[in-house]
Amino acid sequence: MAEDSNVYYTEGLPVPETPAPGDKPAFWKQTDVVGKRIPRVDAYERVSGTAVYPSDIKLPNMVYGAILRCPHPHAKVKKVDASRAKTMPGVRAVITGVSPKVKGLNWKYRNYTGPLFDSHCRFEGEVVAAVAADTRYQAWDAAHAIEVAYEVLPYVADYKEALSESAPKVHDGGNLAGMDEYERGDISRGFAEADAVLEETYETPCQIHTPMELHGCVANWDGDRLTIWESSQGVYAVQSNVAEVLGIPLSKVRVIGHYMGGGFGSKLKPGKYTVLASLLAKQAARPVKMILTREETYLCVGNRPANTMRLKAGVKSDGTLTAFEFECIGPSGAYPGGGTALVDWLVRDLYKCDNVRCRSKDVYINAGTARPFRAPGHPQGSWALEQMMDALAEKIGMNPVKLRLKNIPAISQGRSEPYTTTGLKACIERGAQQFGWKNALKRAKEQNQSASHIKRGVGMGACVWYVGGGGPPSTVIIKLFRDGSVNLNMGASDIGTGTKTVMALVTAEELGVKPEVIQIEHADTGTTQYATPSGGSKTVPTESPTVRNAAIDVKRQILEMAAEDLDVRTAELDYEGTEIVWRKDKSKRIRVTDVGRLKKRGVVVGVGYRGPNPRTKTVNPFGAQFCEVEVNTKTGEMRVLRFLGAHDSGRVLDRLTYDNQVFGGIVMGIGFGMTEFRQLDGKQTGKLCNRNWHDYKLPTALDVPVDMESLPIEIDDPEANNTGTKGLGEPVTIPTASAIANALYMATGIRFTNAPVSPMGMCRRLAARKEG
Amino acid sequence: MCSEHRDNEGTGKQGMTRRGFMQIMGTGAVGASLSGAAMAAGSKPEPPAKILDATDTVKINLNINGVNHAVLVEPRWTLLYVLRETIGLTGTKEGCGRGECGACTVLIDDIPRYACMTLAVEAESRRITTVEGLMMGEELGPVQTAFLEEDAFQCGYCTSGQMMAVEGLLRKTLKPSMDKIRRGVSGNLCRCGAYNHIFRAASRAAGLKTK
Repeated sequence: MAEDSNVYYTEGLPVPETPAPGDKPAFWKQTDVVGKRIPRVDAYERVSGTAVYPSDIKLPNMVYGAILRCPHPHAKVKKVDASRAKTMPGVRAVITGVSPKVKGLNWKYRNYTGPLFDSHCRFEGEVVAAVAADTRYQAWDAAHAIEVAYEVLPYVADYKEALSESAPKVHDGGNLAGMDEYERGDISRGFAEADAVLEETYETPCQIHTPMELHGCVANWDGDRLTIWESSQGVYAVQSNVAEVLGIPLSKVRVIGHYMGGGFGSKLKPGKYTVLASLLAKQAARPVKMILTREETYLCVGNRPANTMRLKAGVKSDGTLTAFEFECIGPSGAYPGGGTALVDWLVRDLYKCDNVRCRSKDVYINAGTARPFRAPGHPQGSWALEQMMDALAEKIGMNPVKLRLKNIPAISQGRSEPYTTTGLKACIERGAQQFGWKNALKRAKEQNQSASHIKRGVGMGACVWYVGGGGPPSTVIIKLFRDGSVNLNMGASDIGTGTKTVMALVTAEELGVKPEVIQIEHADTGTTQYATPSGGSKTVPTESPTVRNAAIDVKRQILEMAAEDLDVRTAELDYEGTEIVWRKDKSKRIRVTDVGRLKKRGVVVGVGYRGPNPRTKTVNPFGAQFCEVEVNTKTGEMRVLRFLGAHDSGRVLDRLTYDNQVFGGIVMGIGFGMTEFRQLDGKQTGKLCNRNWHDYKLPTALDVPVDMESLPIEIDDPEANNTGTKGLGEPVTIPTASAIANALYMATGIRFTNAPVSPMGMCRRLAARKEG
Repeated sequence: MCSEHRDNEGTGKQGMTRRGFMQIMGTGAVGASLSGAAMAAGSKPEPPAKILDATDTVKINLNINGVNHAVLVEPRWTLLYVLRETIGLTGTKEGCGRGECGACTVLIDDIPRYACMTLAVEAESRRITTVEGLMMGEELGPVQTAFLEEDAFQCGYCTSGQMMAVEGLLRKTLKPSMDKIRRGVSGNLCRCGAYNHIFRAASRAAGLKTK
């Protein structure tokens, strides 16, 4: 076996120096594995069909759950009659609001706690009853057979009307869910100093996550022990939520989420469905599979709230920004969900501006509650701010790229402290260069002066993401087996971003072992270490430094053991991947697999913890995106011809998954700007009109450009953390829609202040201009 | 599951009951499958259609990835449900259950079809290929290899559907143009937005297949 141990190592790969105990690891000056284009370590499972997602779980004796939901936006449940459902074929369990087991069980929305089964249904899709039956079809039949008497109440669906006197109240305390105010400097002075002041109102739609895998879980009891396979971004979050609601110890709830089919923020926490599955499983004394229908995922598992934003901005003729005044309203939905959370952050933080005032009002309406959605608040704020920047540039006759470069802040404006690194300037400058901004501009102008009805435009948008630096807590374990192979154990979920892969690369870089032989155990509260949910673009900057620390812990232990074998001091030994070498005489060496205590113990366990972030500095990722569009002014059809994303997210760990993430963010941004919106029937029923992918349009393969480019702006950031990484998943979707809007303006001369811009909307505006 | 559970539930007063509807569906589907069998057997006259209750089961034979499966199904069960929950081939995914996303794409006689829009009884005596059928033992097939190498997925949930769409395209067109590729996968949503890498994988797969 010892002779074969080389198969696990990359021959000749230099391994970073092992820091002495208590010392911080040195910043990787250059890397040999990290940063390359390497296919995912779990790609085989994902393309062969053998990866088992929670939806794929099938246990012996398993039955299927279904939930009966309130069909009205606002109603009181007067009576529930489940007597017929209970006698139907295959039915194993029925739960309603009066079932003894659910009495006293509560559900939390941020700072609001209400009963799990609330007879006061404040949104279409609220839980009324749940059943479990032998087949999914029988479960649906039984749920449909439950008779419910509702007292239908007046509703409010339009968030802009929610605070009017006559609006029906969602909660007794009224419809104001919260207010936020922020001020720095003096905006009246700022506007007085300006050579040009512009003011505009912008609207963005409610966007719904709709990850490809439906929300859901399988729940199974072994006596008082509960195991849940959940499609989740964070198994520990599911564990703590379920344990709290059911009042059972954390140790008795095991949550497993090895694979999951997308979440985008909507699967950071479990849903009521998770608890219902657990309750049904208890009653049925069988495992219950509870996978929501697509329609349910439109109603009750979150959204990016719609926003109306008024932005007033002042600029000097030399391009210096003098003041921003920002007002915003948006709906949390029926319960607190962050209706205006972080919508103002870009106005506060992205550009240098001394005088800023922001006010937000978060309101309740009778519709599903918002949840974090990929860069909460930011694409909305970008839609306003980045269009305003272009309008200001035009007003003072400046190139929009130049205006942005003129206002690059040296320190974080919103937090008044320095960034560890800021790549904002480089993203804009190098992005514009790589994109060929000047030529594209010229090309567009020439085409638009021609008689052709096809018009062309180029546009850009820049961004910062509110967090993205990660931070504690995180614990990771790396095991080195006596044959030299390695096992990585972490609690974090891989939500499709390639978490497992990049952590294997970090391990490989530090230990010299081949990434593909690293076995990864992850996302299981029973067997892997504590991790916070994968969200906030923090998984890489949180977990990768922890993984590195764990690998270093392994090396230190092996060095100590080897020192005994070689009879030298530990500090004089170097870890060189397959071998440990004495620095004073390189002929004195021992293979890792020959180290005596490793052979005897069978395994060395290295533990890594995430150290603190810099105390007085902010760690943020930055980016800039550029696009070129074409508009057919006869039909209103728009084509996004190409896109470039220049992003500063610190060190790139895997270029292949990095690019994929950049393109994916752009695609989602194209949806936000051009195709997606939730339509409530405000006037007649208050119900959701588009509750499926036919009526709610996601971008398809035909809606995205083939020509997409990713330009990483890598700036060494040793202060951020020991891998020099920052988050990527969210910034990549922030400026996309606003860049498109700016390009559409150049093509048509029309400012599209309301997203999304559909071909029909384009036609209307073009026609109005013709008439006007 | 949610809405209009009172308004839409057939009570007989609105003309058509759910059960009645399902009976017609069952009849049609079984009729179709019987006629297929009858044609194969020769020129025997078609037996009269049998009316089945929604919850009655029928025995059908499904040819999946070259293996014959005799299964008892309710006439209303979709091919997707039977593949995943009865037979245990979970590589084929459910995204919407109503023909919008393509996560459940399989090949039926080499043509990409949504398994959620195909009743299991309709699929009898057809040649069904799922993602598991692209494997050569434990080795990945060319389309799968191309998807792996180009990182043509993120969460991986739409991936088997995307690969089946590409496989279907390549079985028809050996060297598809970029336009053909985009149209070929335009019935398959990817919320992670990995389309760009999917296009590249499809091109690479075409190369691998013609090697």
